[in-house]
Amino acid sequence: MTSKTTNSRRDFLKMTAITGGGLVLGFNWFNAEASVPVVISNSAMAAGNIGFNSYLSIATDGVVTIMSPNPELGQNIITSFPMVVAEELEADWKKVKVLQANLDNKFDRQLTGGSGAVPHSWKLLRNAGATAKFMLIEAAAKVWSVPSSECTAANSFVTHSRTGKKLSYGELAEAASKIPVPSSVKLKDRKDFKLIGKSVRNVENRKIVTGQPLFGLDFYREGMVYAMIQRPEQFGMKLKSFDGSIAKSMPGIIDVVSFKNNVAVVGKSTWQILKARKMLKIEYEKEFDLESTEDHDKLFLNLMDNGQATVRRKDGDVDAAFKNAAKVIKGEYQCPFISHSPMEPMNFFAHVRQDGVELVGPTQTPARARAEVSQLLKIPEDKITLQLTRLGGGFGRRLKNDFATEAAELSSIIKAPVKLIWSKEDDMTAGTYRPACRYRFEAALDAAGNLTGYKLRGVGINSGNPTREHNFPSGAVDNVLIDSVEHKSPITTGAWRAPITNFLAFAEQAFIDEVAQAAGKDPVQFRLDLLAKAKKSPVGDIRYDISRMEGVIKMAAEKSGWGKKKDVSQGFSVYFSHASYVAQVADVIMRNGLPVVKKICAVSDCGQVVSMNGASHQVMGGIVDGLGHAMYSKLSFRDGAVDQNNYNTYRLIKMKEVPEIETHFVDNGIDPTGLGEPALPPTGGAVANAIFKATGKRLRNQPFIEEDVFKTVS
Amino acid sequence: MAIYKLQVNGKTLQADVEADTPLLWVLRDHLGLVGTKYGCGIAQCGSCTVHVNGSATRSCVYPVSAVGNSQVITIEGLSEKGDHPLQLAWDEIDVAQCGYCQAGQIMTAAALLKQNPKPSMDEIEVTMNGNICRCGAYHRIRDAVKLASSKI
Repeated sequence: MTSKTTNSRRDFLKMTAITGGGLVLGFNWFNAEASVPVVISNSAMAAGNIGFNSYLSIATDGVVTIMSPNPELGQNIITSFPMVVAEELEADWKKVKVLQANLDNKFDRQLTGGSGAVPHSWKLLRNAGATAKFMLIEAAAKVWSVPSSECTAANSFVTHSRTGKKLSYGELAEAASKIPVPSSVKLKDRKDFKLIGKSVRNVENRKIVTGQPLFGLDFYREGMVYAMIQRPEQFGMKLKSFDGSIAKSMPGIIDVVSFKNNVAVVGKSTWQILKARKMLKIEYEKEFDLESTEDHDKLFLNLMDNGQATVRRKDGDVDAAFKNAAKVIKGEYQCPFISHSPMEPMNFFAHVRQDGVELVGPTQTPARARAEVSQLLKIPEDKITLQLTRLGGGFGRRLKNDFATEAAELSSIIKAPVKLIWSKEDDMTAGTYRPACRYRFEAALDAAGNLTGYKLRGVGINSGNPTREHNFPSGAVDNVLIDSVEHKSPITTGAWRAPITNFLAFAEQAFIDEVAQAAGKDPVQFRLDLLAKAKKSPVGDIRYDISRMEGVIKMAAEKSGWGKKKDVSQGFSVYFSHASYVAQVADVIMRNGLPVVKKICAVSDCGQVVSMNGASHQVMGGIVDGLGHAMYSKLSFRDGAVDQNNYNTYRLIKMKEVPEIETHFVDNGIDPTGLGEPALPPTGGAVANAIFKATGKRLRNQPFIEEDVFKTVS
Repeated sequence: MAIYKLQVNGKTLQADVEADTPLLWVLRDHLGLVGTKYGCGIAQCGSCTVHVNGSATRSCVYPVSAVGNSQVITIEGLSEKGDHPLQLAWDEIDVAQCGYCQAGQIMTAAALLKQNPKPSMDEIEVTMNGNICRCGAYHRIRDAVKLASSKI
C-alpha cells in the first residue's frame, strides 16, 4: 500500500508539471508586509526555488488550483478561502480545485483557532484573486490589440465587450504569466459578489460521503507500526516501575518501551496493542496532590472569600457605589471541567530518521508541533516536515500537540515509522480540559434601578484569567471591580471552543437577567439602556463595538417576537467574543413538569458572511455545542482520576435533544470578523433565562440537568 | 490467529486475525477500508456503523468470528458510484462539518430507509438518535435523511 492521505505540496508540483504551461501566481495570502503577488515560472517551481507564500495556479485546461493552508476541522475553511479567491478572480467555481497545503514557512498564521482565519486573510485572498484577473484581462487585451478597459472577466473567460470576442482563462494563462504584476488592484464592490455570501457546498463532500481516507487516523504508510500509550490515570501520579513482559509476549506485539510517565505498547495492529496494553503491570507514585471534585468545591468557596486576587479592572469607586446602593444583587455560578472529545481521537504519525523527521496528522497548530518536536529531539526545524490531514473535530484540543510529540519521541526510541493512536478513554482521561470555574457577580442599583456598581470575581482551576474584564457591561457602569484567583492544579487544562467565555457568558448573561428583574426592567431594554449609557458617557477601556452589539440585540428581539409570544417562555442573551456579536432568544415550554427548549433564534454580526452554508453551520453547531455542554456534560474527579471516560458516562447532546434553530445575519458590509466560536457563548444564558421565566428558578451551575428544576416533576 | 474469509462490499476478502478482533479493526487495519470510523469503541457513538446482512451494526464491538458468511457493506460499498440517495442528499444539504461521524450516520440511515423508505421525522429521529455528531450537525442530518427518502 502507499500513502492514503495525499501529499498536497508534491501533488501540486506534479500537477503543474503535467499540465505544462499556465499561470502560476505565488502570492502572499498571509503576510501583510508583502502582499504583492509575483508570477513564477513552472521551472522555478519545479526546482523548488520559490520565494513566495502560497499559490494559485491556472492550468492551460482552465483548472484553477488554490492551496488552502489552514487546518480544516469542520469550520469549512477549505471551501471559504478558495471562494474568496475565486470571487475576485471571476473564476468558474466548477473549475476550481482545492488542495490542503502542508506546513510551510511561506504561510503566516497557518493554524486554526481564535475564530481568526477569515478576518486575518480576507483582504489578502481578495487581492490574490483580483491580481490574477487583472493579468488575464491584460493578456487578452494584448491578444486582441484592444484597450484593457474594453475587456471584462466572468466565469473563467475574458470578453471583449465591443466585438464579443472571448478567450478562456486556460487559453490565456500562458500569456497572462508574462504580464507584469500590478502593485495594486481594484477589488470588487460587494454588491457584485457572485459567490461570497451564497450557499456554496463543502468541496470535500464527495470524499466524506464515500468514506475516502481524509483523516489522520486513516493515514497508512508501508512499514509503519501502531502504538498506544498507557499514561497515569490519576493527575498527580508519576511512573515508578512497569513490567511489560506479558504484554510483550502477546500476538502482534513488537515492543514495550517507556519514556517520561508513559509506557508504550508497539505492535502490528490496533486491536493487538489495545489488548496488550491491558496486560501491562504498572506502579505509579505520588508526585503531587491527588485532587477530587469535592476538594475543588471547598476550594472554590474558600478562594472566593479568602484568595489572593489579581485585579483585572477597576473603574470609579466600587465600595461607595455598594454602600450607597438602594439594592444589591448577588449571584454565584459554577461550571465543571469538560472534555473536548472530538469524534476522531488524538493520533499522529511520526518517522524519525537519521536525516530528518516526517510528521503526518491532525493538528490545529502545525508550526507549534514542528517547533516542539524540534526542541524535543534537538533536530532543526528545516529537517522536519509536517503534512496536514483533515481533523475529525478539534474544539481546541488539537491546539496542544502532546500526541504529536509523543509520536515523535516514540519513533526516535523504536527507530521506526509509528502511528500513535489514543483511545477515546485516553482522550477523556489524559487531560487539557475546559477549566472548572466559579464566578461571583455583585450589582448595585440606585433607587431608579440604574446599575451603579458592578463586581465580578472569577476563581478558576488552571484557568489563567477567567474573566474578560473589558467586555460588556464594562464601559457602561461607573464603578467596576473585576478580579480573579487561580488555583494551580496537576489536572491539565487548555483552550476549549470559545475559551473561558463558553461558561463566563452564561454566568454573566444569567446575572444581568437577574439584575434587570431586580431593577424592574425588561431584560432587552435593560441591556440597551446600558449600551446607550456607554455610548453617551463611556467608562474606561471598551473593547466591543457598542453599535454592533445594539444591532444584534434589536434584530434578535424583532426576529424572535420578543415579548409578543404567549405560548412560550423566552430568555435573552447577547455576547461579544473574539471579534463578533451574537444575540440569542430561547423559547422554553413545560412538558410533564420539565422545561424543554423548543427553539433558539440567533442573530449574528460576523461582518461579511463568506459561505452562507458554512456560516449557518457554525452558528447552529455552536448553539448545539453550547446547549449540549451547558445541559449535560461534566467531568468529575476522584483522587486525581476522572469518573467519566467514554460516551457511556460522559453525556453529549443527541439529535432528539436539539431544538429548532433559526439563524439570521446582520448584513452591514463590515469585513469578516470570525464565526467559529462566537455563537456558542450566548446559548447557556438564553436557555437559563427562559427556564427562569418558565419555572421561576434561576440556574447557577452546569450541567443544568443536575439542577433541581430538571429533577422535580410537578 | 486464524484466516477469516469475509464477504465485504460484494467481494471475498481475507484477514489473518484473532477471533475477538472487532470487525471495525479488521476493516481498517487489515482490509484497508478506513471509511468506517473508530469513535468510542463501546458502541455508543455510531461512527463505526456498517451493514451486516442489511442491519445497521456497530462494528467496533462485533467480533470477526461472528461475521461468518454474512454480507458486510461499508460506506465504500454503499453504492458503486457514490450516488446512493443518501450520499447525494448529504452533498445537497451540505451536511458535514468535520465529517468524521458521517459515514456512520449515512450507514445508519441507509439501513433505516431500506426497511422503511418513507420514515416520519419522528422515526428518523428515533433511529438517528444513537449516532453522535460532535459538531452538532443534527438538523442537516435529519433533513438529508428526509430528502433522500423523498427520492427513493
